[in-house]
Amino acid sequence: MATAKSERLLNLLITLLVAQSFVPKERLRRVIEAYRDLGDAAFEKMFERDKEELRALGVPVEVGTHDAFFDDEIGYRIPKDAFALPEIVLEADEAAVIGLAARVWQHAGLAARTSDALVKLKAAGIGVDRAALDIAQPRLDASEPSFADFWDAVQERTPVRFDYRRPGAETTERHLQPWGVVATRGRWYVVGHDTDRDGPRVFRLSRVQGEVRRDGPAGAFAVPADLDVRALTRSLLPEEPRGVATVLVRPGAGLGLRRQAATSAGPGSLDLPDHSAQVPAGEWDRLEVPYSSESGLADELLSYGSDAVALAPETLRTLVVGRLRAAAGGAA
Amino acid sequence: MSTARDQVARMLALVPYVRNRGEAVPLEQAAADLGVSVAQVVADLKVLWYCGLPGLGMGDLIDVDMDALDGEGVVRVSNADYLDRPLRLRSDEATALVVALRALRDTADAAQRDVVDRALAKLDHATEDAGARAAQVEIDLGEQAASARLRGTLEDAVRRQVQVRLDYHVPARDASTRRVVDPLAVVAREGHVYLQAWCHVADGERVFRLDRVLAAEVLDSPVQVPEEHAPRDLADALFVPSPTDGVARLLLAPPARWVADYFPVEEVRERVEGLEVSLRVSDARWLDRLLLRLSPHAQVLEPAEAAERLRRRAAEALALYS
Repeated sequence: MATAKSERLLNLLITLLVAQSFVPKERLRRVIEAYRDLGDAAFEKMFERDKEELRALGVPVEVGTHDAFFDDEIGYRIPKDAFALPEIVLEADEAAVIGLAARVWQHAGLAARTSDALVKLKAAGIGVDRAALDIAQPRLDASEPSFADFWDAVQERTPVRFDYRRPGAETTERHLQPWGVVATRGRWYVVGHDTDRDGPRVFRLSRVQGEVRRDGPAGAFAVPADLDVRALTRSLLPEEPRGVATVLVRPGAGLGLRRQAATSAGPGSLDLPDHSAQVPAGEWDRLEVPYSSESGLADELLSYGSDAVALAPETLRTLVVGRLRAAAGGAA
Repeated sequence: MSTARDQVARMLALVPYVRNRGEAVPLEQAAADLGVSVAQVVADLKVLWYCGLPGLGMGDLIDVDMDALDGEGVVRVSNADYLDRPLRLRSDEATALVVALRALRDTADAAQRDVVDRALAKLDHATEDAGARAAQVEIDLGEQAASARLRGTLEDAVRRQVQVRLDYHVPARDASTRRVVDPLAVVAREGHVYLQAWCHVADGERVFRLDRVLAAEVLDSPVQVPEEHAPRDLADALFVPSPTDGVARLLLAPPARWVADYFPVEEVRERVEGLEVSLRVSDARWLDRLLLRLSPHAQVLEPAEAAERLRRRAAEALALYS
């Protein structure tokens, strides 16, 4: 029964917490009622499991001997200092900000961790009144199923292996010492040392297929001390296909393009050595519009009809002209 | 539903929680603060009652005042000095919290950022290397930071019931409009955040997408929503087609099929030539822009005028390239 097990775990914890020195296993078996009537094998098995349950909770169960010179029996203890949350005093606004932070994660696993952390702080006597502070709350989410596994592997420094598929390539099994997880450009990545390629690599979480499997014990590798995961990820990611298009829009029109434009130069009929022959008559504003997808920018340009003209690059111009020609019924 | 491990975690928080709040804590308050049900707190206390110092003689057990619990509905725990402090934050808990705080910092103003920094420093002190571990997580909030600020501004206006002057981009008309609105609610639907408001220009309820708000200025004037107006429930659909809307029937080639997922379409029929959909249209200019955007991947089956307008406008635009 769950309650019997809770009772046993808490009694074991208290026993180890109040002990002045390492408590031998046999003594635990005598003082904790639930262990008393078990056979040797059953006791061993149950005690091992209980110990691991406590460790999974974050309880530091240490193993050692009371006195190394006398070859004492191995015992266990929970050092009070390592067990207890250190004294922490938060001002009302600091507590409020932590209360707000506990709502930032939308990912169920991470949300549970922040609220568990908040409960511990409340248990330490901290009162949390979120209304004491008014900050716009960002929302962090991750829909990739592998997110929590990589997050844990990074925290525990556990090597992992997983199946990875890049577009147009076969799925391959990869082996990684994960150093960090990074959200950039609206996507999650894991970055680390790729043991197959023997170098740093970055993987997009949405391309990970199936389960992330442990590939070694926790703490099996060290993360470079001066690591900047953001900079490393950026340097490893392929450059986004990105360009800057030169477009003309009629004064007062093309608002969507104007919002995206890096610079809005004056009337476009001036200062256009490369395209001057192509500038149609009339009054125009010239815009430099950064884009990552040429066809996406063409969609947008087309939507403005005769209020916008693509000047450069030539590929964009050709794309727009071809689509207009088809829409106009082949007349040109 | 609850595992033994979860229950132990709860008990390790419950004992210091009660003891750090003096004599006794109302059951309801304890449950609310610890984020569990009242029944769960009672169940946890009943287990706690059987726990205590080794030896388990009567005097060594944790003392849970069951009479006070049943009678006054308060939680009182004694003889548990060794559990006066909660368990440390696990490193994964601390990291999740630190990363969340840093995200919050990105959306905060300067004064609030100072508060976040103080909280981070204290947390770092109380949880060994939380900051260092969190360095292994990097989050670029990008546009979210700005939109979170705007969202905060508008939510504040909703709460205070004051008007907002909006500069809003209307893509259908390729125009920026300025209007005073009475904010009713800020809602998130399908990846976008919207302001639901009474618009004094349109004299009706309108929905504004936050990423199209160019500027928002909160005014001092109180809202003046007509009293009889009941805000629409946006749970089902953001945009309710009006009975006066026209209908356009389109044939969509693969590059244009997204239209069927993106806009409320009335009828969808798979044909050999493509996907046939019927679309409610309240503004012909909107339809014209959509058709130009999709060209030549959407064929207009009806109305014929729309097909003709598309041909004409495409030809006009094409003329600019010759």
